[in-house]
Amino acid sequence: MSEAARSIPLTVNGTTVRVAPGTTIAAAVLLAGDATRVSVSGEPRGPLCGMGICFECRVTIDGVPHQRSCQIICSSGIRVMTDEVLKGSGGTGTP
Amino acid sequence: MKWSFDILVVGAGPAGIAAAVTAAEAGQHVGLVDDNPAPGGQIWRKGAHLPATAHQWQARLDASSVVRLHGWRVFDCPEPYLVRAERNGSWPAHPDTEIDENRGCAELRCRALILATGARERFLPFPGWTLPNVMGAGGLDAMVRGGLPIAGKRVVIAGTGPLLLAVAAHLAARQAKVAVVCEQASLSRLARFAVGMLTEPAKLWQGARYRMTIRQTPYRTGSWPIAALGRDRLEAVTLQQGGKRWDVPCDYLGCGFHLVPNIELPDLLGCRIEDGFVATDAMLRTSVPGVYCAGEPTGIGGVELSLLEGQIAALAASGNIDRARSLARQRRRRLGFVRALQQACALDPHLRELPEEDTIICRCEDVRHRSLHDHATWRDAKLQTRCGMGPCQGRICGAAAEFLFGWHAGSVRPPLFPASVSSLVSPREPALADESLVAANALHENAKETP
Amino acid sequence: MTAAADVVIVGAGIVGAACARECASRGLTTIVVDAAGVGSGATAAGMGHIVVMDDSPMQLALTVYSQKLWREISAELPGDVEFEACGTLWVAGDDEEMDEVRRKRALYTSVGVDSEILDSQALAEAEPRLRRPLSGALLVSSDAVLYPPCAAGYLMREAVRMGARMLAPQRILSAGIGRVQLENGTELHAARIVNACGVDAARLLPGLPIRKRRGHLVITDRYPGFVRHQLVELGYLKSAHFLTTDSVAFNVQPRRTGQLLIGSSREYGAENSGVNHALLAAMVARAQAYLPEIGELQATRIWTGFRAATPDKLPLIGPWLEDGTLFLATGHEGLGITTSLATAKLLASAMLGEEAEIPAEPYLPARFLHEEGGTGLGQQVDAPERSHV
Repeated sequence: MSEAARSIPLTVNGTTVRVAPGTTIAAAVLLAGDATRVSVSGEPRGPLCGMGICFECRVTIDGVPHQRSCQIICSSGIRVMTDEVLKGSGGTGTP
Repeated sequence: MKWSFDILVVGAGPAGIAAAVTAAEAGQHVGLVDDNPAPGGQIWRKGAHLPATAHQWQARLDASSVVRLHGWRVFDCPEPYLVRAERNGSWPAHPDTEIDENRGCAELRCRALILATGARERFLPFPGWTLPNVMGAGGLDAMVRGGLPIAGKRVVIAGTGPLLLAVAAHLAARQAKVAVVCEQASLSRLARFAVGMLTEPAKLWQGARYRMTIRQTPYRTGSWPIAALGRDRLEAVTLQQGGKRWDVPCDYLGCGFHLVPNIELPDLLGCRIEDGFVATDAMLRTSVPGVYCAGEPTGIGGVELSLLEGQIAALAASGNIDRARSLARQRRRRLGFVRALQQACALDPHLRELPEEDTIICRCEDVRHRSLHDHATWRDAKLQTRCGMGPCQGRICGAAAEFLFGWHAGSVRPPLFPASVSSLVSPREPALADESLVAANALHENAKETP
Repeated sequence: MTAAADVVIVGAGIVGAACARECASRGLTTIVVDAAGVGSGATAAGMGHIVVMDDSPMQLALTVYSQKLWREISAELPGDVEFEACGTLWVAGDDEEMDEVRRKRALYTSVGVDSEILDSQALAEAEPRLRRPLSGALLVSSDAVLYPPCAAGYLMREAVRMGARMLAPQRILSAGIGRVQLENGTELHAARIVNACGVDAARLLPGLPIRKRRGHLVITDRYPGFVRHQLVELGYLKSAHFLTTDSVAFNVQPRRTGQLLIGSSREYGAENSGVNHALLAAMVARAQAYLPEIGELQATRIWTGFRAATPDKLPLIGPWLEDGTLFLATGHEGLGITTSLATAKLLASAMLGEEAEIPAEPYLPARFLHEEGGTGLGQQVDAPERSHV
């Protein structure tokens, strides 16, 4: 994809990512090279079903945790955080 | 415009689109609500490489009067003619954006309800299946359509069912390096299916077309992944065919074992379920008056059957019985395909041996195989291990446990999907500029009257 | 087939499991039968609040005793029981409720239960997400929470380790006169049979003064640290009519997982397990009135369960005089998790003719047998109820 087509900026764990219109937040997180979730026993997880069923792609969007990133399209300026950063920094994931 | 419809269609895949368009064209005031951000469901998910049929129905939908709620998940149905849905991505206002208007919970009322809730992939646990970049076959396809770059990536597709070929063809067309497609069904079983399908030339052609697109890719039958390898993400997959095992380095594994119908909503409404599917008559009427069901929840039959069923349900629900009857005759001729497909995709019993003792079965709660296999029932296992108690509500591990242990999940309760606590109290007003919520909100009034 | 034992316990909820453990530890050969599995009835539906309650002096004595027993074994409870000594905050919304806080504190002090009065500021610091201002609260630090199905599972495993046998799932046809008949044809013989079937107790013993009282609970996704204590309102003081009708109260519990349980509701006459949307809405609205931000959290599941309610809000523990072999351990209403261990002690003492650590009379089933020639049912007036746990 050309850089020009990547017109939507957002941040994933503080790093700015630019994506094409219509890109899901789940795809943006994978583009940023991050796991979406850390499981209850500490495993990194990524999207599984891609259709809002499995809840593996949950991330924190603008401070609100547990959002299914595969079902939400990126909009400009949103801030996405994943468990790896939230749990790693001692955050609780609470809004 | 009121949030009160003649006909409300839940699910905007082929069956739901066909139902909504047909009903609207018959003069009905129609609402269409779907969890995904755009219409098309899983099989017609937005993006390139869609068949002409998809574009035709999409154009009819665009030209219709159907009120569309994309990105709303139905989480409750307190009575047959009242559906409660919550908007996805409802988060507080952010100073840099205007996404506050996205939040909301709606009550949608109707005279008739058409359930076209589609199907999901069946996932079977094997060592490493929880590694990032191991996805469903349809899951990987959806991620690619959602913007995941796949060109030049090494991909293995595995599982069972016609979806595997469709996904492999789509990814290959996007310059993915599809290393191999592994189909668990044996060649003899597939051959029986193909012979049976001689009455369905369109279907055979579709398969052949996919094979042409991926003709450089080996298609192995009686074959499946036995392990996904990697540290923090997938690096390779170990495949097995007969006595032979080998590793294939790859970036993505798309692995799904055919489909499981989404029957939670019909089940909640009390529709009769038979052998895991929603029971209907020829007019697609369920056992609950005024509630129709179309598409995969009545039997996994693919796009063409779903389109027919959506139309039949819509015609029946809008009183066009004669037209519905004539389509019902076409539908009857296709039901053989449903049975043949189910037989062809029957799971090899050896797949039960895939999980090792420490393989995770329930991904939400990280419940491992060793803590499950001694329980007698799904409920017992659930209560003692938390298996199926996470936010997916057992949609992933439930289907696996049914195959692995022969357990059947219990009754369905609201919320069908996790929903905001506040949505359990009363719906927020949906902030679509030209529309307002129906005035009568019985639940809200009740809540206020209760001291 | 037939089998014999010293004791057959019917019902493997937390009460039956606790009784099994106690009987086995006293050297009695014990068989437990259940129509489903361990802890799958009211045990699975409850919050798992180990709480001292004072609706009556008898309730206070039982809960204080049982809470002490839980504390004694808390160190040996496995991780999946999720025992968390988080304490209870009885939240006061106004001066009248603060008077209740002081009354409660004096009473708790008199029976040796430590508690602490928090003023408005201290409460806001202890639970920053509670709405402000509130008048204060009583903190009962010795209260705890746990995950009831696994607690029952642990007690049952302990019983089995000490020689008890478990038969489940087995539907039970009858239990009495030294004999328990199962649907599969098995007949169990024992000198003592314990009916610990919760709300189903009356199925095996018609006429038992037990009514179903349905409750709803909501559980959220994981939000660690959202609240730190079990939070219960004292607002029931102004809702006297709730005593006889359906009612809701603010009652929120933090789980070790970070999940929150939101309760509570009470209704008589509801026989099915479906969700009463109006009552649920009222219950959640009540929680929002105290924790305004709770509305933003994701609810993952809602369920209902049935409490086994007796007319005087006290359980039935001890011999059933009309059948010399039959003992009861049921009718625990909303306190079965807390009082299961004390129930087991009282029951074992009754069986073995020992004196119990607390007076057993208030809980004896015989208290419903004193009236003219019968069980005296139907003339019972519901005892007042002030709490909503």
